Amino acid sequence: MTDQSYNFAYLDEQTKRMIRRAILKGIAVPGYQVPFASREMPMPYGWGTGGVQVTAACLVPEDRLKVIDQGADDTTNAVSIRKFFARTAGVATTERTDEATVIQTRHRIPETPLTPDQILVYQVPIPEPLRFLEPRESETRKMHELEEYGLMHVKLYEDIARHGQIATSYAYPVRVEGRYVMDPSPIPKFDNPKLSGCPAIQLFGAGREQRIYALPPWTEVVSLDFDDHPFEASKAAHDCDLCGAGHSYLDEVITDDQGTRMFVCSDTDFCAGRREAGHQGRLWASQPEAAE
Amino acid sequence: MYVAVKGGERAIDNAHDWLAQERRGDPAVPELSVAQIREQMKLAVNRVMAEGSLYDPDLAALAIKQAQGDLIEAVFLIRAYRTTLPRFAASRPVETADMVVDRRISATFKDLPGGQVLGPTFDYTHRLLDFTLMAEAEGCDTGPEQGTPEPAIPVPHVTQFLNRDGLIEEAPHSDDPPPDLTREPLELPADRALRLQAITRGDEGFILSMAYSTQRGYGRTHAFVGELRIGKVAVTVDIPELGFAVEIGEINLTECETVNQFKGSRTEPPQFTRGYGLVFGQSERKSIAMSLVDRALRWNELGEDFTGSPAQDEEFVLSHCDNIQATGFLEHIKLPHYVDFQAELELVRRLRSEAQSQQEAAE
Amino acid sequence: MTVMENISALNTPLLQVDGLTKRYGARIGCADVSFDLWPGEVLGIVGESGSGKSTLLSCLAGHQTPDLGRVRYEDRDVLAMAETERRRLSRTDWAYVHQNPRDWLRMGVSAGGNVGERLMAIGGRHYGQIRETATDWLGRVEIASDRIDDRPSAFSGGMQQRLQIARNLVTSPRLVFMDEPTGGLDVSVQARLLDLLRGLVRDLGLSVIIVTHDLAVVRLLAHRLMVMKSGRVVEQGLTDQVLDDPQHAYTQLLVSSVLQV
Repeated sequence: MTDQSYNFAYLDEQTKRMIRRAILKGIAVPGYQVPFASREMPMPYGWGTGGVQVTAACLVPEDRLKVIDQGADDTTNAVSIRKFFARTAGVATTERTDEATVIQTRHRIPETPLTPDQILVYQVPIPEPLRFLEPRESETRKMHELEEYGLMHVKLYEDIARHGQIATSYAYPVRVEGRYVMDPSPIPKFDNPKLSGCPAIQLFGAGREQRIYALPPWTEVVSLDFDDHPFEASKAAHDCDLCGAGHSYLDEVITDDQGTRMFVCSDTDFCAGRREAGHQGRLWASQPEAAE
Repeated sequence: MYVAVKGGERAIDNAHDWLAQERRGDPAVPELSVAQIREQMKLAVNRVMAEGSLYDPDLAALAIKQAQGDLIEAVFLIRAYRTTLPRFAASRPVETADMVVDRRISATFKDLPGGQVLGPTFDYTHRLLDFTLMAEAEGCDTGPEQGTPEPAIPVPHVTQFLNRDGLIEEAPHSDDPPPDLTREPLELPADRALRLQAITRGDEGFILSMAYSTQRGYGRTHAFVGELRIGKVAVTVDIPELGFAVEIGEINLTECETVNQFKGSRTEPPQFTRGYGLVFGQSERKSIAMSLVDRALRWNELGEDFTGSPAQDEEFVLSHCDNIQATGFLEHIKLPHYVDFQAELELVRRLRSEAQSQQEAAE
Repeated sequence: MTVMENISALNTPLLQVDGLTKRYGARIGCADVSFDLWPGEVLGIVGESGSGKSTLLSCLAGHQTPDLGRVRYEDRDVLAMAETERRRLSRTDWAYVHQNPRDWLRMGVSAGGNVGERLMAIGGRHYGQIRETATDWLGRVEIASDRIDDRPSAFSGGMQQRLQIARNLVTSPRLVFMDEPTGGLDVSVQARLLDLLRGLVRDLGLSVIIVTHDLAVVRLLAHRLMVMKSGRVVEQGLTDQVLDDPQHAYTQLLVSSVLQV
């Protein structure tokens, strides 16, 4: 049931127009951070207000919305945001990646390949990839303007000099179409390759920092690296203990006081889909009832 | 065993029910009414209005009740409500020179036209717990001695007197519409109007600490409270259909103007400079702090040195003064971060195993 | 480069400065300065503090905008250049060695990272090669290669200055601005640094504009000398000529060391 006391998808139409203009500009200049007049939302800053505003500006009544946090549909914040839109927009919701037209995500890209008629909306805490090298906004904007990205590689150089490899495991910086260096939001670097050449529209919203940026379909996105230390999309060296997938990103779950662990797909829909199709992991066959 | 988090929806609903119970407290104790909060927790209401940027004592009192007295949470409720409100018109600038003052003091002149008016203030009270308040048997005090009400006399701004002699910098009138922080993204560098806007809705504690730091030497500005006034001003709005402005109501404001030392520069003769604070309601501490921070941020336009002090640093102050942004981002770290943490875990394991195998190879 | 281009390059000054003037309100920073700098030439600018020599240098490098005059680098108008182009120039063809290395090094980044930054800024993407080049440059400025992963905060003042030089010269610039590069160092450290600089300038064929108040520095390094006083050039010529046979009264004062600058 739609809550009639609010406009469709909560935001008023003027605000949505303003956000759509920012989105269009972001799509026109891939990877460029477009300032936008982020509104105060009924959820706290840092809890997905940017993503929620972008989703609100994109939604139409025919949409089918999926919301994930850490890859899962049933984590508390995903539930909260899904409910918010079910209430204020009355759109259909789904947990199935392939059924969704709009997917709002925090920290993951779904394992199931996206399609040209989908929009993936990322929640972004700190949109500025240079922020921890240079705290000043006025300076980082200038660095983007002048393509002064040497410092970014200095950081990677220092990693290799100290650790023998690039010690960034999530929010791994990328270069978009050879121009802007972009923060892909805190997705694990395992997900970085999915950013590039993606048929879906990818939109990034940072509410507190008042920035929107975008990757139009089929954009080339390259993870920063060195020729002799190439980027590597790493994950835990295990298969999913439930569905047996060997190529999906895994959550590590501690199962008892002795510190016994199991590894399961962080993408819950992907994992469930595989099990429905008859795939079985190490622990699934023995205890199917434990997972409801 | 499969233990990943499930049933989030029900857990959330239950948590919210419990929260509602906690808010109510012991049902044997009578429920607090919004009117009671509005009347008896006035300064809390003022703070919520100021930082929520919405002048509505009833809603602010409601927010305080709903937030169980957590003022930042109450500000958040007000802010979230405020963004949904349509905008019918922008008022004319309020005329604080015409304020009907409850309180008006100057630290720079012993006596002055309009007089020193102490008003309702904690100043000079002894901070002793008043146990009679606990007895809940407040006598029906008749209030302060009321002489025959004096006709409202004009209370000119103190800085006007200094201005007449050219002793203080001009504050020229401007009819430029100020930028609107809640409708446009904050872009730096900001002009003074935008800075003031950000500070007046900024967190009182943050602004206070920034102001305090300037007094202790981190961006010192040698401030005197030229004048502090609290009282009612009329809000007027132009009605295009009528062709003139009508008064739509009154609001309580606190205004502070500081007079600051200034040595003069190559182009300017020595004269005093100004810091300015204007806050909703009776918010004395905030308005004084605001004027100190305003003055500290003006180093550039006055040709002073940047000493690297936080209170001089516009980007630092404006990016961090908003408690709704701050508390949201601070508290978001309690949201799940399994995925990022897992990525870090893998990395640390790999680095450790490589370090170990190198060590073994060396031995 | 063809032979003809080679010859024409030798026939054109690298930097042409014409009528450069910078004021601070009513005060003169520098006034009506003109000179040409030829490829491979080292020009010394001397004068007491406040003479305008540092203002001049920062106007030339584009750090400050002069009020009047023209600066041309290889027939390109430096003052009319877009910021992007000027910055690109300043991390490829140009270099700037400051008096205080601590302000211009990245103190939280290793020596290797400091030297490698310019390489990465212009597109260097091979870690091994960057590291090799950094090692080579540390050697050239006499810093032991096993210090490559140490941060400059662990270095002595002289080492920090040498590191700054390596960091600047690693991209083989053609024009180097130096602002009191030996200032603030002990005399023995200064001598070693001067020796090093002289070798580098000669080996790399650098063109240099060096600002200093120390006549010993210019006697050792500079081919040509400009003497500045109160923002104006009072005398210029070949270094030996100016120092051995000063014409202007102020230069005579400088040279006779009566004036302690």
